[in-house]
Amino acid sequence: MLISRAARRTTLRLGAVALAGVLLAACGSGSSGSSADNNGKVTLTIDLFGTFGFKEAGLYKEYEKLHPNVTIKETSTEQENDYWQALNTHLAGGGGLADIQGIEVGRTASVTQQMSDKFVDLNSLGAKDLKGDYSKAKWAAATTADGRTLGLGTDVGPEAICYRSDLFKKAGLPTGRTELAKMWASWDGYLKLGEQYKAKAGAKSHWIDSIGSLYSLMIGQQKERYYDASGKLVYDKNAAVKSAWDTSVKAAKDGLSAKLTQWSPSWNQAFSSGSFATIGCPAWMLGYIKGQAGTAGKGTWDVAPLPGGVSGNWGGSYLSIPKTSPHAKEAYAFIKWLTAAPQQEKLFKKQGSFPSNLGAIAGVQGVKDPYFSNAPIGELFGTAAQTSPVQVLGVHDRDVDQQITNALGEVEQKGTSSATAWSHAQKGIDNAVG
Amino acid sequence: MTLTAAAPPRTARPPATLRRRLAKLSPYTYIAPFFALFAAFGLFPLLYTAYVSLYRVELQTPGQLEWRGLGNYTALFGDDYFWTALRNTFTIGVISTVPQLMMALGLAHLLNYKLRGRTVFRVTMLLPYATSVAAATLVFAQLFGRDFGLINYLLGLVGVHPVDWQSGTLASQIAVSTIVVWRWTGYNALIYLAGMQSIPADLYEAAELDGASRWRQFLHVTLPGLRPTILFTVVVSTIGATQLFGEPLLFEGSMSGGISHQYQTLGLYMYQEGWGFFHLGRAAATAWVMFVLILLLVLINTVIARRRTRKEAQR
Repeated sequence: MLISRAARRTTLRLGAVALAGVLLAACGSGSSGSSADNNGKVTLTIDLFGTFGFKEAGLYKEYEKLHPNVTIKETSTEQENDYWQALNTHLAGGGGLADIQGIEVGRTASVTQQMSDKFVDLNSLGAKDLKGDYSKAKWAAATTADGRTLGLGTDVGPEAICYRSDLFKKAGLPTGRTELAKMWASWDGYLKLGEQYKAKAGAKSHWIDSIGSLYSLMIGQQKERYYDASGKLVYDKNAAVKSAWDTSVKAAKDGLSAKLTQWSPSWNQAFSSGSFATIGCPAWMLGYIKGQAGTAGKGTWDVAPLPGGVSGNWGGSYLSIPKTSPHAKEAYAFIKWLTAAPQQEKLFKKQGSFPSNLGAIAGVQGVKDPYFSNAPIGELFGTAAQTSPVQVLGVHDRDVDQQITNALGEVEQKGTSSATAWSHAQKGIDNAVG
Repeated sequence: MTLTAAAPPRTARPPATLRRRLAKLSPYTYIAPFFALFAAFGLFPLLYTAYVSLYRVELQTPGQLEWRGLGNYTALFGDDYFWTALRNTFTIGVISTVPQLMMALGLAHLLNYKLRGRTVFRVTMLLPYATSVAAATLVFAQLFGRDFGLINYLLGLVGVHPVDWQSGTLASQIAVSTIVVWRWTGYNALIYLAGMQSIPADLYEAAELDGASRWRQFLHVTLPGLRPTILFTVVVSTIGATQLFGEPLLFEGSMSGGISHQYQTLGLYMYQEGWGFFHLGRAAATAWVMFVLILLLVLINTVIARRRTRKEAQR
């Protein structure tokens, strides 16, 4: 066919949009583009997932006060999966994108390897100078092989265990952080303590929210998980994955889990109902707990170091600017401010999201959180961040993770055998990758 | 498109004839907007979907097409989860459509009596239909909650163990069907009611003179008179059931239709292929399989209906 390449591409894009329209008649509208009027006023839209906490920590208001011509509008999706899906649909169609989009660390490989042409190279706006503010790994994860930086780091996810000290007390368990940390120095110790809890607590209260979160904690302690350094998918050969899987299955079989699906409405409800006594706590989870358990939960929660000797990392995010943004410059100025040390510090003090900016890490050492029984979260997560491994990331990292936790849910909620569930996980991963 | 006719021939003709010819064309002009829109938003996407289903296309890179031939289809038919979804679509379709249409028929019959405040009841019937799927499903998901759901609470009062409405296969399908039934029963009832009102009253009077009871009147006057209406609702419900999507998606918020795909319908399966895994080619293949499936189902419906009418005519 004698169609010029550009014309062909346009047709294809039109086709893709039309296809999207037909397959997805009732698609969510998402966020609208931003606009600037003649007075130099700019509305910056920012689209996020989960709880970033910028708004809660008052950072938008502060920025608007500093820059009276800027108005900030946030949209947020609770589940990262839904968010990522919408973001990809918008990127494919080229519409509905915000000026600033949040990117979860497990997606960065997909962004840098598959979609690098859709995001602004922040180095061209001056991000080069910020490189020294971050750890090498945090910076590298959002940078393409040819040196384009596509996102500025917000938080990281050093892991700990959050627990309900009031429930511990009722069940006759010790409640001190250091004492608990000693008792659950290993994962075995943690599960043994769970047995004790189970024996004394009522039938309605369980040791952990879900084995999916248990698995995520353990896998966060590994350097190599689903991909090897050369980018090959190795999840089914990795002994660490197997061991985390087996331990999680054992916890389910022993009846230690409340059998909740993470991010589901019933999981959200359970934060205040006391269905579970402990939960895996990457630093960003603190803000989530505060949001779900509300003021009534203040003082009933506490934080202790992670079992297993080393710490781990679970999640963390970036802020990126899609190429469609008409205000890339203003957006860059905003995210530069938002991720600068003083703001990341504030965010940690208010919301618990642990800073990725090295300057901020130094500044939060002494922070304690009154919501979590005055736990020294600065010191705790600071140590955890230093001892957690730098993970090897792959294009389908989040997909693999999701299929495995999904299969674990089967074991937990339906009593499916470990082998069958694992084969389901493999099938799901084949489908997702294929 | 060949809906607009060619320009009239240049031979000189009396203007009256021209006007008459134009008048003949005018109906086509009136229906043209629909067909133009249909071609742009119905036909083109349909054909483009067929085209895409032969390629490997990812959502991240929609411009890069990689020829796969029938590969998407063979992958589809080789995927156990596709067959699970097909089976689920069928079972959920049956346990939602059958009771729904029967209840609608009963309700319509009751509403057809002379009642005080009839209009109020009739309007009320439409309320569930007017509610958005999202709102309805979210409420139902709460009602069917395992730990804090109202339904399990009520079951507990009569001594029944709590049912895991989300992870049980049959339980979850019943829960999803309940939402469908709740939403569509009133809608169908109103359609039946309209059909019933077009049945001449003297038929009933004659039947009553013959001593037929209400029930017999329903069987021998109402049902035969309603046959075309019933056929219509069956076809529409079948199409709706095959495309069932919103309710199972929002029930738990998972694209996989529960942890072990226990209530994943074809619509949801397609959505997961396209927007969960970003394989647009495979999603397109699924869409086409669904399309063919619906055509087949409608065809079967029509054949059965036609055969019945022919039998009737022969009687």
